[in-house]
Amino acid sequence: MSVDYDVVVIGGGPAGLSAAAAARANGAGRVLVIERDDELGGILNQCIHNGFGLITFKEGLTGPEYAARYEELARQAGVEFKLGAMVVDVSAGRVVTCVSGEHGMERLSAGAVVLAMGCRERPAGALAVPGFRPAGVYTAGTAQRLVNIEGLMPGREVVILGSGDIGLIMARRMTLEGAHVACVAELMPYSGGLKRNIVQCLEDFGIPLLLSHTVTRIEGEKRVEAVTLSEVDGRGRPVPGTEVTYPCDTLLLSVGLLPENELSRAAGVELSGVTRGPVVDESLETSVPGVFACGNVLHVHDLVDYVTQEASIAGERAARFAKGEEAEHARRVGIVGTGGVRYTVPQSVDPGRMPEKLTVRFRVSGVYENRAVEVRAGEKRLVRKRRPILVPGEMEEFVLRRDDLEACGDVPEIVVSLEEA
Amino acid sequence: MADSSYDVIVIGAGVSGCAVARELSRLEVDACVVEREEDVCCGTSKANSAIVHAGFDARTGSAMARLNVAGARMMPGLCEELGVDFKQVGSLVVCTSEESRPGLRELLDRGAANGVEGLRIIERAELLELEPNVSDEAVAALWAPTAGIVNPFQLTVALAECACVNGVEFRFNEKVEDIRRAPEGRWAVRTDKGVLEARVVVNAAGVYADELHNMVAAPEDRMDIVPRRGQYYVLDTAADGYVRHTVFALPTKLGKGVLVTPTTAGNVLVGPTAEDIADKEGVDTTAEGIAEVRAKSAVTMKDVPFQHCVRTFSGLRAHRAGHDFVIGEVDGAPGFVDCAAIESPGLSSAPAIGKTVADIVSSLLVHPAKKPYWQGSRKRIPDVEHMSLDEWAALIQRRPDYGRVVCRCRHVTEGQIVDAVRAPLGARSLDAVKRRTEAGMGRCQAGFCTPKVMEILEREVAGLTMAGVTKMGSGSEVVVGHTRQVGRGEAQ
Repeated sequence: MSVDYDVVVIGGGPAGLSAAAAARANGAGRVLVIERDDELGGILNQCIHNGFGLITFKEGLTGPEYAARYEELARQAGVEFKLGAMVVDVSAGRVVTCVSGEHGMERLSAGAVVLAMGCRERPAGALAVPGFRPAGVYTAGTAQRLVNIEGLMPGREVVILGSGDIGLIMARRMTLEGAHVACVAELMPYSGGLKRNIVQCLEDFGIPLLLSHTVTRIEGEKRVEAVTLSEVDGRGRPVPGTEVTYPCDTLLLSVGLLPENELSRAAGVELSGVTRGPVVDESLETSVPGVFACGNVLHVHDLVDYVTQEASIAGERAARFAKGEEAEHARRVGIVGTGGVRYTVPQSVDPGRMPEKLTVRFRVSGVYENRAVEVRAGEKRLVRKRRPILVPGEMEEFVLRRDDLEACGDVPEIVVSLEEA
Repeated sequence: MADSSYDVIVIGAGVSGCAVARELSRLEVDACVVEREEDVCCGTSKANSAIVHAGFDARTGSAMARLNVAGARMMPGLCEELGVDFKQVGSLVVCTSEESRPGLRELLDRGAANGVEGLRIIERAELLELEPNVSDEAVAALWAPTAGIVNPFQLTVALAECACVNGVEFRFNEKVEDIRRAPEGRWAVRTDKGVLEARVVVNAAGVYADELHNMVAAPEDRMDIVPRRGQYYVLDTAADGYVRHTVFALPTKLGKGVLVTPTTAGNVLVGPTAEDIADKEGVDTTAEGIAEVRAKSAVTMKDVPFQHCVRTFSGLRAHRAGHDFVIGEVDGAPGFVDCAAIESPGLSSAPAIGKTVADIVSSLLVHPAKKPYWQGSRKRIPDVEHMSLDEWAALIQRRPDYGRVVCRCRHVTEGQIVDAVRAPLGARSLDAVKRRTEAGMGRCQAGFCTPKVMEILEREVAGLTMAGVTKMGSGSEVVVGHTRQVGRGEAQ
């Protein structure tokens, strides 16, 4: 059966570009990236700070520079692009429907589909913060776009709720633009962001990080006039009597990122309740054959370097599938996180299809000091690696070797846990 | 000396005021609507349960009962004519104990006396078929097939647009400060912009209707309106299908419950509380209020998917002791017509309220002639989210901007936003765009589309820059200015 494209990649951010380039490099004929914005690069276009690519390129690029490298890679590989086009449906039979002003509605059949739609920010409304709903309450990413792309200042006196990386970056950005950031409040007793961002974006600018705090009141009928912060107890509930009110005109939120899986759901892809992204195997193939996932739509990453690494695997495997060269699954060994390991990606591995070495990424559910990451299959210990500290904000990984796994015989699952070091 | 002179001034551009304005626009009268906010539908009309009550609640013989039943009957046809989303989903009053069963019977009898059709008490088995997620405690329910859900934003906007194209003037951002008698039996309405004169004044000022009433009424005829706050949860369309009808709890000794209902847009609404407060601007939510909604929802429905919460909000009902609408000319103030204390079921009653009040105004103006030509219907802004892909494709052929998706959560296109801005009484703020198109009502709550909608507003509205775009009118500017103002050569 002939298809319009061998591989259709949905999303032209770093994941989509890397996947598309890899698909071409691995022999896929026609590869198309569909991007809803008028430019490639995704959210990186508004991340004008540096520090991207330290792992991949051994240099500290800005977001747009990092994106440009992958755009160039994809262009040179002969990837085709459709910009300003929004995918509105993906069928289990790999027909992708997209709309654009230029081409109207198009239905494109694909040999393989790579989902790379990224994620969105959890909005203020989802937190049900008591008080008014005035102008001046924005997610950190919206504020970042206003400042860095539109050249507009969301406010002058700022409180930030949530210490996700974008919130930390925006604390610094708003300060550099002349605003005053009173504090960053974090519900959890630890930050959700990277250590380096806490140092470079908060500590270097003298911005206090208030752990175990949340916003319990927003004042201001038309525009934010003040927010009240309260301490929270061990279960995240505000402690009465601890309220402190901060006069301000802006509340920025960085309280979590959610993979955007509406299309995945439409395609019938099984989603994980933990990552909120597709459940994938060693090929980053979802429960729907020929549909792959990578980047923040699969699980929220800390560094874009890992996004593009992961995406190139999805692109390679998608190309292989499209060419009809992928073996049927002989068996699936589940990878299960326990004892502080919140999830793993992938969630299963087929020893017959996995490469010689497979990188498995995971996140932990709290702050752990002096632990060992242990990976066991049945009686056999496959990996043990000591870690002085593990935090939820940073992704962890281990490498699974095919030889080791094959030596375990017919085990049903691999268990990953944190043990005493 | 008046700055402007009319036959009739309607104060308040909520659903009641706009319904009155549309009815008046049929007549050869010079009419205006004065609204202190920047748009229609900025008060009670935008923050309520968005349902059409069947009409069994109100006391038999009350204005409320009569207008509710009449309004509910008119609603489907009116919504069809105006291109407003309405669904006759029916409502259920769920009874969760054998002891309270007589309460259902009481509602049924009252409903029948009020003229509500099709009421029936159904047993648990039938109830479960209608509403699979109903509480395990539910024993029976009152089924009211004529109840429905309506989009209150669209309804108010459509009524106003229709009035506008038929010649009614809308004066926004204008606040009424005083009302006095003027010579020749006229009224002088002083606003923060000037003095307006008219033969007839309609007081449709929502929670402020008592203040206007008391400006003209005799001291013994004072009105007192208490803002009765209702807090709600809005669940994302991901929860669509969880509830199929408007589900009420049968009131018990322990109080009135909350309702759980689908909306026409596919969201689920849960609420409201009922708190009498002092502040007429007190549309804030409280931790206690939203906790109460959550707890009470479990009385009738199980496992309400609160994980899909995208927003909480409060609305204020214009409550008056006596709990009935006040509609009619004020004693001793000829030509001053109250359309006041329009609390629930005010939205359901709006079509009938509009007609009733317009009839009163018409007789006060000694029956002006009907306009020879009157445009009663309105073409809606196409809603690509709820049309077939083929219909959408055909639309893009004619209007390529309907192919550019701006709000990715709700699939709202640039074409819809442009049309909302260019419509009569077009949108000028983010919230005004949201009410007309649903851009920003989805999962990301306008995180992605805000800058894009600002760009469209800047492009489409003469004199408006991105930096000047507001969320809901003056004082709610989205941003405080440009970055690097010095570099742009602009004064700080």
